[in-house]
Amino acid sequence: MTVTTAPPARSVDDPLGLVGRVLPVWVLPALLAATILVTLGLFAVTPMQGKADFVVVAAVIYVALQTAASFSVEGRRRAVDRFFTTLVYTAFAIAMIPLISVVVTVLRNGAEVINGNFLTHSLRNIGPTDTGGGIYHGMIGTLEQALITSVISIPIAVLVAVYLVEYGRGQLARAVTFFVDVMTGIPSIVAGLFIFTVWVLILGFSRAGLPATFALAILMIPTVVRSTEEMLKLVPNELREASYALGVPKWRTILRIVIPTALPGIVTGIMLGVARVMGETAPLLLLIGATDSINTNPFSGPQSALPFIIFDQAARPNDQAVARAWGAALVLIVLVMLLNLIARVIARFTRVR
Amino acid sequence: MANEPRNPGSRPRVGQQQSDSGVGRISGVALGDAPALGSGAVTGLGGASTRFGDRVFKSLSQGASVLLLVVIAAIAIFLLTRTIPALQDDTVNFLTEKKWLPDSSPSVFGIAALATGTLVTSLLALLMAVPVSVGIALFIAHYAPRRLANGLGYIVDLLAAVPSVVFGLWGLKFLVPHMVGLTKFLADHLGWFPMFDVGDGSTYRQTMFNASVVLAVMILPIISAVSREVFLQVPTMHLEAAQALGATRWETMRMAVLPFGRSGVISASMLGLGRALGETVAVALVLSTNYEISLKILNPGGNTFAANIALQYGFAGDTGINALIASGMVLFVITLLVNMTARWIIGRRAAFSGAN
Repeated sequence: MTVTTAPPARSVDDPLGLVGRVLPVWVLPALLAATILVTLGLFAVTPMQGKADFVVVAAVIYVALQTAASFSVEGRRRAVDRFFTTLVYTAFAIAMIPLISVVVTVLRNGAEVINGNFLTHSLRNIGPTDTGGGIYHGMIGTLEQALITSVISIPIAVLVAVYLVEYGRGQLARAVTFFVDVMTGIPSIVAGLFIFTVWVLILGFSRAGLPATFALAILMIPTVVRSTEEMLKLVPNELREASYALGVPKWRTILRIVIPTALPGIVTGIMLGVARVMGETAPLLLLIGATDSINTNPFSGPQSALPFIIFDQAARPNDQAVARAWGAALVLIVLVMLLNLIARVIARFTRVR
Repeated sequence: MANEPRNPGSRPRVGQQQSDSGVGRISGVALGDAPALGSGAVTGLGGASTRFGDRVFKSLSQGASVLLLVVIAAIAIFLLTRTIPALQDDTVNFLTEKKWLPDSSPSVFGIAALATGTLVTSLLALLMAVPVSVGIALFIAHYAPRRLANGLGYIVDLLAAVPSVVFGLWGLKFLVPHMVGLTKFLADHLGWFPMFDVGDGSTYRQTMFNASVVLAVMILPIISAVSREVFLQVPTMHLEAAQALGATRWETMRMAVLPFGRSGVISASMLGLGRALGETVAVALVLSTNYEISLKILNPGGNTFAANIALQYGFAGDTGINALIASGMVLFVITLLVNMTARWIIGRRAAFSGAN
């Protein structure tokens, strides 16, 4: 009875034949197997070699086979759809490669050097080809600088966000919104150069941890303003109005109602900002002064920091120095990821609804 | 439309509050005037202290905002105070000279090589990162299973959290040696293409190509995060309309999602470009710098504004420092322009898009 219709398979699910012909389920795994066989053959007869090359060649062949098969059975539109679906999945896979690679190499190389000695000693009197030495001075520096940067940035950033959400009207607010966005794009080296010009060249002060934190604050403030602004906007207007109705002045409403309600979100933004600033290197090159010794005073004398140690040691030609750079990188990544994780957890469990 | 219930407390955007219904206007008035009314009522009981507190708090927050604008202006002004003497000391054309010998006499330096290197590495990075980022954004926004999507988004965001100096270390010690094969392949088989020409041979290490790949990895999460947000804002009705016409998933993307997100992707790319232009330590570590103008990206060499500042700073004398600050000023202006354009595109889109 179905003699005249071209697609012979009318299933129970599709009695009217509305669905076009679809590749059977077994085709794709079969194509994959065929691809691997073909690629193995290619690698056997041609000079191609290497795991990465294999994956790339196999992927190209697979996409070609799949598209061809789909084209012949399902038609052009579905073939194109399958082709782009594969591309989209591939794009995601490509993005995973560097992430996994960075994490694995840092973990593997860093774990070799990290021990109690590495975490509790400085690089004082450690020659370039010596093994040993540690990054204690850098950890002290990074933590102190991050702390001071936060002390400078958080009040300013939160006040700016409050201004934008609660008071901002007209020209000034629009200008501030725009320039906060623009400020997120200021290269860190330019922020460093600016503070260097003012602090060292014009004021004549010497380099220390403190000026570095000024430059870091320029980089941290806009990110925190952005996230805080988003969080303040999420606070329901009813809360503000209820407070006003009770006769509470606006500033107390903001301090006692709006900010506490948005606090978890604000904290999340701050943590992400701190995590970002901790890894900034460029301003440090110009401003912290650099030392191999422990200096717990950020206000005077040269200091060190983890990103600086990584940059400094990685650029040296000796394996011992590079090993120390990997160790410092692992410690820095752990610090940054820890802050990120805490921020995400806070955001997840105490979301403003 | 998704935004409206979420930010009732936001300052009115142009035209939004006025065009709202009566309810919107009442809440708008209540927002603006309630503190005045409230404090007016309280004045009789608690004295003028509440108004005083309001005034202090408002001026504090306003002051902080003005401070931000002042900082931006100060950056430009203070960099300029050193840029001008540097240009006066320069004995050649600052824009077209490629050598960088500011401390020799006569002082000879210019940004031609730096500018070329910066543009070439950044644009190449953009070329590699944008298609992949759009793919990731589409994947997370519309392809991945709903429950997985958020987690996958976080993973990509983690890539953004890795400090740039770690990318530099990874690029120098892991990526560069592992890319020799690919670089050699390109040089051997596509050497007829001028940019892949290596001339008398190359070590295939620490090339501008390497630097671009590291930059591409670094800007990927930024571009994909912004694009993802835009793709998620595509009105459901557009998607459903496309599907109702029998569109396949890709056709839905092509007809509904990509046109809607185009300006978002463009501005995201410009944000990424801004980041790539200003990236310092990763490039400084990966490149073996020189001052040649060359588009042959598979040869070692190349340089960028930011990397040059980081590497030359330690050796610079008085004129040298000024010269570096002058180059920093150029970088500042370029990134400022790129970022302002990006924000302008985003802003224009927000004002006219049908989604809000």
